[in-house]
Amino acid sequence: MTDSKYEVVIGLEVHTELKTNTKIFCSCSTEFGGEPNTHVCPGCLGMPGVLPVLNKRVVDFAIMAGLALNCQIAEFSKFDRKHYFYPDLPTSYQISQFDQPICKNGYLEIDINGEQKRIGINRIHMEEDASKLVHGGASIATSSYSLVDYNRGGVPLLEIVSEPDIRSPEEARAYLEKLKSILEYTEVSDCKMQEGSLRCDANVSVMPKGSKEFGTRVEIKNLNSFRALKKALEYEVMRHIQALEEGEPLIQETRTWDENKGITLSMRTKEEAHDYRYFPDPDLVPVIISREWVEEIRRNLPELPQARKERFMREYGLPAYDASIITSSKALAEYFDACVALYPEAKTVSNWLMGDLIRSLNAEDQDIRDCRIRPEMLVEMLRLIDNKTISGKIAKTVFEEMFQSGKKPADIVKEKGLVQITDQGEIEAMVDQVIEANPKSVEDFKSGKEKAIGFLVGQVMKLSKGKANPNMVNELLRKKLK
Amino acid sequence: MAISKKDVEHVALLSRLDLTEEEKHLYGEQLSAILAFMGKLQELNTDEISPTAHILPLQNVLRKDMPRPSIDQGEALQNAPLQEKGMFRVPRIV
Ligand SMILES: [Zn+2]
Repeated sequence: MTDSKYEVVIGLEVHTELKTNTKIFCSCSTEFGGEPNTHVCPGCLGMPGVLPVLNKRVVDFAIMAGLALNCQIAEFSKFDRKHYFYPDLPTSYQISQFDQPICKNGYLEIDINGEQKRIGINRIHMEEDASKLVHGGASIATSSYSLVDYNRGGVPLLEIVSEPDIRSPEEARAYLEKLKSILEYTEVSDCKMQEGSLRCDANVSVMPKGSKEFGTRVEIKNLNSFRALKKALEYEVMRHIQALEEGEPLIQETRTWDENKGITLSMRTKEEAHDYRYFPDPDLVPVIISREWVEEIRRNLPELPQARKERFMREYGLPAYDASIITSSKALAEYFDACVALYPEAKTVSNWLMGDLIRSLNAEDQDIRDCRIRPEMLVEMLRLIDNKTISGKIAKTVFEEMFQSGKKPADIVKEKGLVQITDQGEIEAMVDQVIEANPKSVEDFKSGKEKAIGFLVGQVMKLSKGKANPNMVNELLRKKLK
Repeated sequence: MAISKKDVEHVALLSRLDLTEEEKHLYGEQLSAILAFMGKLQELNTDEISPTAHILPLQNVLRKDMPRPSIDQGEALQNAPLQEKGMFRVPRIV
């Protein structure tokens, strides 16, 4: 990956579902889930004789996202039909935007090894989402038939296309994280990757460093988690480098990421040659965006990640590093706000969020909004540490259990008998036992090896299954070994 | 502009039409004639005219983001030749 002989060129296309109440061209609900084909009407089912009418909020949201991403907002924008036959489109065309998208020429900034790097945004356009297909067999290729649910068809999407400014899978991940964060802050989308409201395709090519000619471009579809994006790009870059090293040809094609096997696979079909035959949709009239409209939206732009980061540093005295991680996700920042409102030790809260909480969420690929540990539960656990009911070490066990089961910390402590041992006599008995069993360490400590006490404390903690109060253990040991 | 047989086959494939040799020949001629007629427009000087996005002098036809009741599943599926589990059943895709 860090092979300096090659240069990697990546561009991302991100689709985000907008958080409107209704679809882009009809008044059906956009609610996720629901019985199949119950959020549909003659319009989004593609019946003849029905006309689409544009949802104003979609335009508002597109302008808002464009402003947050430093784009120019077009004065004139129109919709075009993109034709292809696929059962997820009842009309055999998708209403999208071709040559006059609503936003152009923006950028966002990512943080790479402490340095800011600007990634250009080529364009943002509005379009309708396709419907959900359920395949009869294990995969699309082995299915003898498929089932179509048109509930998602016509849900408004923004397609955000980056410039090919991204130079590594790490940068790609940072770009997607930043983009997600900005979209969440503007509240145009809830960006739940697990529910498909944020989806990512990547274009990647690799060329020898200094080359004037770009490498063969490959598109990877359906990279629907940060991990998938990074892993798939790492794999693909390696595949390209290997082919270049061995002088093997690469084909310009579309590939898909196989999460289980950890490889990308060719999606080539007999008829890959796309010919979308774009033309202006005669059913829709142009959108003219006055500068007053743009300015009104600019005035209502909510606090963006950078501003909130600065506020967290100022109001809570958080270090820049903590503040930037916690504000990288709006939901995480709100979680933090909720905790600190109940428990003002901001740095303690931040440590738990940045450590155990983020680690557990990442391990389970879970969204903080679905986390079983609610802010009041985390705070209750912190209070149990403060009043010495549990040790910091036991708290990790309690945390883990809360994360899995969603039980209250006090109940977990009671059920599992995790209450800290603070009984002098009980601890003393264990200390005596450890002193007796470890004459060598006792000798070391007495002859001035301060480190040995750490080992002895550890042995007592182990004996107590982590439940002894570590301060009392330390004190008692020192008293006895004087 | 003459439309070749290959062009006709390409357009037919995109439109999922299965044409006989005779039809390919016939439509090739007809499409060529239509394009030749449209070619007349190329003779006009359009330097001062911006491209037409819509033939009616309308703009910003927008609706409020207010949900209205959808139709029910049975109604949605009533024209479906095949259905299963409340969904449209379609032939294999690839
Ligand atoms: Zn509808």
